[in-house]
Amino acid sequence: MAALEDLFASGHRACAGCGCALTLKTLLRVTGPNVIIAQATGCMEVISTPYPESAWKVPWIHSLFENAAPVAAGIEAGLRATGRKNDTKVIAIGGDGATFDIGFGHLSGVMERGHDILYLCYDNEAYMNTGIQRSGSTPYDASTTTTPAGKLSFGNQRPKKNLPAIMAAHGVPYVAVTSIAYPADFTKKVRKALSIEGPKYIQVHATCTPGWGIDSAMSLEVLRLAVETAMYPLFEYENGQITSVHKIKDRKPVREYLEKQKRFAHLFKMPGGDKEIEKIQRIADLNAEHFGLDVKPKGKEAAAGKQ
Amino acid sequence: MAAKMKVIEGSMAVAEAVKACRPAVVSAYPITPQTHIVEDISQMIADGEMQNCEYVRTESEFGAASMIQGAEAAGARSFSATSSQGAVLMYEVLFSIAGMRLPCVIAMANRSVSSPLSIWNDHQDAISARDNGWIQLWAEDSQEAADMIIQAYRIGEDHRVLLPVMVNLDGFIITHTYEPVELYDQKMVDEFLPPYSPVYALDPKNPVTMGSLAQPEVYTEARYMIHQAQLKAKEVIEEVALEFKKKFGRYGGGLIDAYRMEDAEVALIAMGSIIGTMKDAVDEMRAEGMPVGVVKVRSYRPFPAEALRAALKDVKCACVIDRDISMGMEGALFTDLKAALYGKSKADILGFIAGMGGRDITIDDFKGMARKGFARIRGEKVTDMEWCKLDTDILPEGS
Repeated sequence: MAALEDLFASGHRACAGCGCALTLKTLLRVTGPNVIIAQATGCMEVISTPYPESAWKVPWIHSLFENAAPVAAGIEAGLRATGRKNDTKVIAIGGDGATFDIGFGHLSGVMERGHDILYLCYDNEAYMNTGIQRSGSTPYDASTTTTPAGKLSFGNQRPKKNLPAIMAAHGVPYVAVTSIAYPADFTKKVRKALSIEGPKYIQVHATCTPGWGIDSAMSLEVLRLAVETAMYPLFEYENGQITSVHKIKDRKPVREYLEKQKRFAHLFKMPGGDKEIEKIQRIADLNAEHFGLDVKPKGKEAAAGKQ
Repeated sequence: MAAKMKVIEGSMAVAEAVKACRPAVVSAYPITPQTHIVEDISQMIADGEMQNCEYVRTESEFGAASMIQGAEAAGARSFSATSSQGAVLMYEVLFSIAGMRLPCVIAMANRSVSSPLSIWNDHQDAISARDNGWIQLWAEDSQEAADMIIQAYRIGEDHRVLLPVMVNLDGFIITHTYEPVELYDQKMVDEFLPPYSPVYALDPKNPVTMGSLAQPEVYTEARYMIHQAQLKAKEVIEEVALEFKKKFGRYGGGLIDAYRMEDAEVALIAMGSIIGTMKDAVDEMRAEGMPVGVVKVRSYRPFPAEALRAALKDVKCACVIDRDISMGMEGALFTDLKAALYGKSKADILGFIAGMGGRDITIDDFKGMARKGFARIRGEKVTDMEWCKLDTDILPEGS
């Protein structure tokens, strides 16, 4: 950690247990003070900048909901053109709504053009700032205020958009998915991203305690279960190729992750819920297969090799 | 004068002015009829004529506006150009740029807004962006458009103002027309326009938070300050025009410009390139002994209410020509002028909607409007607002 002093100050208005606020605080511990932040509209902007207060001890600008990426690119271009770029890092931050949906085209433009910025998406899997509406990142079967579970619905019926793969397809040097429940992994990936010139994308799984319907104290435990069940695989793409994955020893059933959150509570009450949970299990299994997440027990592997 | 006169396209004249202002960042997205401006700038960069300028080809006008917002916030003088649908796509960011008091400059090649789709000139794009905090200057010809770009940076970056400026030039009519334009001596522009010195900029050595969340306790005050800066800009625009005249020998007219208004009983009032045709109409009518003059609105926002009151104080009828309409009401300049004169002038005011979507407005059309002004003075029945040259034959029955 570069900075001893917290550059994202305490006293902001985030809920207790907010994974996104923890993400910002940890981010600035990695970056240190020589950074400029452009941030999209969302909870993290609202909770951190009610005038005349600001939780940001680094230069910070609010863009709009959809343009954190091009505003950050403009900052980078402006610094470079006026000879003030030096080692200053420029980071755009947006939630999943800003990133996966409304700001997607602009993010794509910035990634394609090669601006030297890091885009950090804190992914809490719905539009939490406006009251928990579905986004392109909302997982299958999650109940939100625009995809509510009901007699005829198990909630959101679309799979999560695979944004990391889309970002990697832009041919950018670095794309990573991480979770704030794994601070060492998060820190390592942010540090690595900042050491690379060009456009970088990091997506970090971060809880919204009211949105997910979890107790404040459960934030990190639930996030860890997302990783341990393969619901949220952690990995890196470098120049379009997957170069590392976070392996899982003794992968847990998705049920353990789902049952701890109100957004999935209907699956455990409604007729047919079991079948839906099976579908979600298949999503996790496919993730595990695609990324090669499972650690095979060594003994058996060795035995299999002898036969 | 160290400057040279050259017959060039209006877009090139604007591009030459932009180059002389030494912007650090230019963002571009093509839209007709703005395109030539950013193309000309890209060629200048390709030819090494604009060193230390980042030229960014964005994914949309929204992205183009966002780029200059970021660049300007980082302390870099920035430029972009747009038109019509592009300006509408920028709309949200235009508010944001003004709200953060970032003195960007945009050239707006005025064009109608879809639907129906039309690529031709009118003023609906800029008029629809009237209330977002940007200063709006309106050019009559290529020379004025180019001069306005240089003045725009001086005005917007003045610490009494700190607002973005939109320089309006009629699409095709100015952008695509070749006229003799006096180009700029770089040394003179450098003397006139000092390097950008923002009050605040994004800088790790002095961190600031820009674009905070404003609760009801402070939002009104933030808006009030933008309004005050607009009002302050009136004197700054005049000052800068006078200083420009001293340096370059041309006076753009400040907030408004009056033509043959001495003893005028009827005045024709408008913005943009039609002013030239209006002046010809007035010359012809004056030759016939009709006391008529022209008032050009050069600064639409801030609105030059006092200057217009003074220019129109002895006029009996003011004819306002709008190339736009606020649907369900009337032309925007017509409304604004009436508001400015209300209770302070005895002049009658007539409104004309004309030249929308590229329809020609001729000398005869203006003479007809002025004659309506004289008829009104004589007490004849004349409607308050008229759609000039409306073709009722092509309207469906019952319209």
